[in-house]
Amino acid sequence: MAASLRVLRRRIRSTKNIAQITKAMEMVAASRIVKAQARVHAARPYSDEFTHVLKTAAKAGASDHPLLVAREEPGRTGVLVVTSDRGLCGGYNANVLREAERLMRELDSAGKEPQLFVIGGKGTAYFRFRKRDMAGQWTGFSEVPDYPNATRAADTMTACFLAGSAETVQGESEDEQQGSSSGSGEGSGEGGSSRSSSFVPPEEAEGLDGVDELHVVYTAFNSLASQRVTSSQIAPLELEEDDESSDGESDGSGSGDSQERQAEYEFEPEPEVLFDRLMPKYLRARVFAALLDAAASESAARQRAMKAATDNANDLVDNLTREANQARQAQITQEISEIVGGANALAE
Amino acid sequence: MATMEVAIVGVEKRLWSGEASFVSARTVDGDIGLLPGHQPMIAALDEAGVVRIDPSEGESFHAAVFGGFLSVTAESVTILAELAEMAEEVDVAAARDELQRAEGGGDDFDDAAAAAARARARLRAAGESPDR
Repeated sequence: MAASLRVLRRRIRSTKNIAQITKAMEMVAASRIVKAQARVHAARPYSDEFTHVLKTAAKAGASDHPLLVAREEPGRTGVLVVTSDRGLCGGYNANVLREAERLMRELDSAGKEPQLFVIGGKGTAYFRFRKRDMAGQWTGFSEVPDYPNATRAADTMTACFLAGSAETVQGESEDEQQGSSSGSGEGSGEGGSSRSSSFVPPEEAEGLDGVDELHVVYTAFNSLASQRVTSSQIAPLELEEDDESSDGESDGSGSGDSQERQAEYEFEPEPEVLFDRLMPKYLRARVFAALLDAAASESAARQRAMKAATDNANDLVDNLTREANQARQAQITQEISEIVGGANALAE
Repeated sequence: MATMEVAIVGVEKRLWSGEASFVSARTVDGDIGLLPGHQPMIAALDEAGVVRIDPSEGESFHAAVFGGFLSVTAESVTILAELAEMAEEVDVAAARDELQRAEGGGDDFDDAAAAAARARARLRAAGESPDR
């Protein structure tokens, strides 16, 4: 009995410690949500305006740009999976990965071979363990993503997308040509700007297989109480807000000519060139928005998981305390009866 | 005097918005000035450039804008930027350091040139002369 009482006390102590840790993590997550939510909110004007500008430019005649036109018989398809770096966030990663697997099966049966891009330590570990090839993987920023993080991932995918599934991403020779052709005689001090005006594939994209479509799987943050795993196609672009039927891939290009132009827009440079410059930025913005949403959702999921863990730990402590009290009382009762028994034995 | 709605919108947040009577910016094809009632247009801005805004109230100010473009409608001008800094946010000393380092030449010429252009834009936005 004495031993079990000691064991129970030890368990109570360790459970209390765990509860303290999970409580702390819950509060950290709660404060992160607030910040992450604010960032999601603050980033919205940019993507809203960007979408508006793209739509306008698309209507005005850049509608045959590769970003807008669904390719005939798409082959390989890029899938970006956004997971978290750390665990202890309930079903967050499991849900994302399940949706990613579903999407990839769907793509596979449609004859589009999926090519994986993975963000977050949990996702990379998952796919590495299953010996699946990943074309790109990025980790270390899932909780507080910043724009350069999104840029790296998005640019790699953009390079693959521009190459198309028949090709692999080319290295230096191509961008030098582009760079020199677009150098438009800036002042000598502005030498850098002429080069960076055209899209330069990042080094890590070199030699990757091209893709015809880009999808992203992430957890959309609707509110504190509801986050939903979402998979959406980011390229070719679906101009979804415009039309009721958002699933038709060719909607963006098809509606361009039929809708009348409200105002004559001036473009500088001409729409096609402008579109070339906007496209990488657009994909960056889309990936960045997904990362921000995912970060907020991750914190929300973690907060919920940690709250449940803290509650469970406290319940456990209550039960164990009750058991310990019983054990203590039983021990005292036994001691008394031993003493009484001993005294009786002596008295006889 | 006629005014228009002007907003500078960065990737992470809206930097500034309000009424203004004049906006000047450098596009890839050259400098433009925008007055209220300008023809609707969409233009790509210089990869590292300076935007000047004359608000209808208060003094005119500058902002360094990187990787941006601008959209003009009849009533509004919106400047979208991957990164933007208001003049008062510019760390002049840091920008000068950066410029010196970039002009000293790095391993990669293109990167150094881009960094130099960025530093120059920051300095110009802050009202400092990049060349001394």
